[in-house]
Amino acid sequence: MRHIISLLMENEAGALSRVAGLFSARGYNIESLNVAPTEDPTMSRMTIVTSGSDEVIEQINKQLNKLVDVVSVMDLNDGDHIERELMLVKVHAMGEAREELKRIADIFRGRIIDVSDKTYTIELTGSGSKLDSFLQAIDHSLILETVRTGASGIGRGDRILKL
Amino acid sequence: MELTGAEITIRCLQEEGVEYVFGYPGGAVLFIYDELFKQEQVKHVLVRHEQAAVHAADGYARSTDKVGVALVTSGPGVTNAVTGIATAYMDSIPMVVISGQVPTSYIGEDAFQEVDTVGITRPCVKHNFLVKDVRDIASTMKKAFYLAKSGRPGPVLVDIPKDVSQQKAEYSYPATVNIRSYNPQTHGDIGQIKRAAQLLLEAKRPMVYAGGGVVLSDASKQLTELVRLLGVPCTNTLMGLGGYPADDKQFVGMLGMHGTYEANLGMQNCDVLLAVGARFDDRVIGNVGHFNSVPRKIIHIDIDPASISKRVKVDVPIVGDVAHVLADLLSVLNSSKQKPDAAALKDWWKQIEEWRSANSLAYKNSSEVIKPQYVIEQLHRLTHGDAFVTSDVGQHQMWAAQYYKFNHPRRWINSGGLGTMGFGLPAAMGVQLAHPGATVACVTGEGSIQMNIQELSTCKQYQLPIKIIALNNRYLGMVRQWQEFFHGNRYSHSYMDALPDFVKLAEAYGHVGILVEKPSDVEGALKEAFARKDDLVFLDFRTDMTENVYPMVPGGKGLSEVILAEDL
Ligand SMILES: Cc1cc2nc3c(=O)[nH]c(=O)nc-3n(C[C@H](O)[C@H](O)[C@H](O)COP(=O)(O)OP(=O)(O)OC[C@H]3O[C@@H](n4cnc5c(N)ncnc54)[C@H](O)[C@@H]3O)c2cc1C
Ligand SMILES: Cc1ncc(C[n+]2csc(CCOP(=O)(O)OP(=O)(O)O)c2C)c(N)n1
Ligand SMILES: [Mg+2]
Repeated sequence: MRHIISLLMENEAGALSRVAGLFSARGYNIESLNVAPTEDPTMSRMTIVTSGSDEVIEQINKQLNKLVDVVSVMDLNDGDHIERELMLVKVHAMGEAREELKRIADIFRGRIIDVSDKTYTIELTGSGSKLDSFLQAIDHSLILETVRTGASGIGRGDRILKL
Repeated sequence: MELTGAEITIRCLQEEGVEYVFGYPGGAVLFIYDELFKQEQVKHVLVRHEQAAVHAADGYARSTDKVGVALVTSGPGVTNAVTGIATAYMDSIPMVVISGQVPTSYIGEDAFQEVDTVGITRPCVKHNFLVKDVRDIASTMKKAFYLAKSGRPGPVLVDIPKDVSQQKAEYSYPATVNIRSYNPQTHGDIGQIKRAAQLLLEAKRPMVYAGGGVVLSDASKQLTELVRLLGVPCTNTLMGLGGYPADDKQFVGMLGMHGTYEANLGMQNCDVLLAVGARFDDRVIGNVGHFNSVPRKIIHIDIDPASISKRVKVDVPIVGDVAHVLADLLSVLNSSKQKPDAAALKDWWKQIEEWRSANSLAYKNSSEVIKPQYVIEQLHRLTHGDAFVTSDVGQHQMWAAQYYKFNHPRRWINSGGLGTMGFGLPAAMGVQLAHPGATVACVTGEGSIQMNIQELSTCKQYQLPIKIIALNNRYLGMVRQWQEFFHGNRYSHSYMDALPDFVKLAEAYGHVGILVEKPSDVEGALKEAFARKDDLVFLDFRTDMTENVYPMVPGGKGLSEVILAEDL
């Protein structure tokens, strides 16, 4: 099953490679991974989307916890949570397609954040599947580039990942 | 007062009470070696290869309850050390490795003798550090020793660039250490401990399976008390040997691939299994599906949550230090009115004795050719079961484990998890230095000993009177055995040709060598060797070339699918 795991770790050189190294050494899947410092600059927050059997997911959580740089780990799938991903898509936008792309971007609540006479760059946030749907909704041959951050997640309500 | 990074490093070692550093110098650690030179408290042992430095530190740690320390230079110094570090990592041995690094401004420029030490060692250390600021050395060293020794022990590496060892900073050694992201749990959950006690009291066919965690936790006293109180059979893993006294009647021997028949069948057929500081290794339980095909309740005590339910799902997980958890379990049991089921235990023991009567370690001795098992039996007898025995990897290792009956922990020093040939001799150096007057025997093969034979020179320099018991079968015996069983007797490159004359070799290094070719000479040769209290003696026993290790559970098979000696 797909799991989204959140973790706090020391914002130190090498911490990211410890996590990445763990996944490759133990043969775990990484669908996406993102990381950035938090409001406390000594800590980074990472979101990892992975998949595996219940046993594998249990091991992933335990192995992550075992890394000395990892402060705390939460499997967001253990409760209610929200998931968002940011995507930037640069599309070929000329002629009739220009209008059509704007219309579809509006439907998906996307924003055009860069315009040239030949292209649009569209910014879109949402769940991974919403971003997938957008890419399906537009003419594939118009896509010049896509950049996706991978999912970021947070627990709902009182579910808080803290030190 | 301001001190240089190198001075600080040595001060830290002094603060930690480090007795020996095993190392090899080079450019990146010159300032550190300079400081070693200027003091006497921390003694340095100069090995002949960095792998040996790490194994020696490892042997020192395994035979004491202290942290082993090694010091190597950057680049090739580090890469040579990696095998030793991985060996310690797999067996959870507390160790601090200090490595020199190129100056900070050169890092990343493919500088002379630069390797990404932190990157190379990351998968085989508990943790590692690159110290970029001289002001961080003291706190990093404090953390390194704390991490190495606490929780599930393991090697920790501290990489110090040359310029950092030269720069100056105010020095004070931190009194305490706090790592917010690291809080190993030492005491087990009392609710779980009570559930475990209940299961054990109700069991009809209980079994205790104890591993290296008992040795690492110094908990053999508690384990022995528990096993006796419950009246249950106890088996040890290869790493756990000595954790329970081998000559006790409740001990059923080692289990696993080369374990006894009674230990393996007990493990397979028990209804409640208490696993103590053991990690259900593939060499121990064989085929997981086969193992799981028999229903049983499993209680697992381990300090590392990731060891629990990793390969085998357990019913009662208890995270904590073995010594503490067993003490709590004992007090729950002692205050319980319920007693173990005596009638059921009687039947269970009857079954175990029946398995035991298969006498799975029996072998046919010979008056023509030296049987390796016989050498180990004599070694055991003549050292009164009281020696420190280090080993290399192969058949000789298994025979040492099977026939040297260890009654005390920390006497059996071997590489189990990584199975590193070349471990035995350097590990014995660490053991001998930690226990100057003690008898230290290194059981080895003619293949393994050649992987770190250069250490005979170190042994001479530091006058280490190790007794090398080489079971010389002229084969990479363990490989040959697998080829005989599973590869149609095609002995592809498992023959040891062009062997050196080990007697002359020992003599060339300034030691004593004895060649033993007849079974009737085994005892005399051993006696002579042990009588030479101050000499290293290399005993070259020409043993039966094609003897095999029995019993054997082939890889991937179940514990009851065992090959016994008479099967063939
Ligand atoms: C040629 C060869 C053949 C082998 N054949 C066999 C065989 O027949 N039988 C066999 O048993 N092995 C055999 N081995 C060894 C095997 O590969 C493993 O190394 C060994 O079985 C592991 O032992 P263990 O389970 O006791 O774990 P260890 O590796 O000793 O691990 C210790 C466990 O205890 C935990 N622990 C550590 N400290 C504490 C503490 N303070 N409190 C609580 N828990 C703690 C750790 O987290 C870990 O889970 C063989 C090896 C070789 C090279
Ligand atoms: C460094 C290393 N290389 C290869 C192996 C694979 N291996 C395991 S046992 C063995 C044979 C060991 O031969 P020897 O030391 O003569 O011992 P014997 O089995 O004959 O007693 C080999 C090659 C290993 N364990 N370690
Ligand atoms: Mg051999």
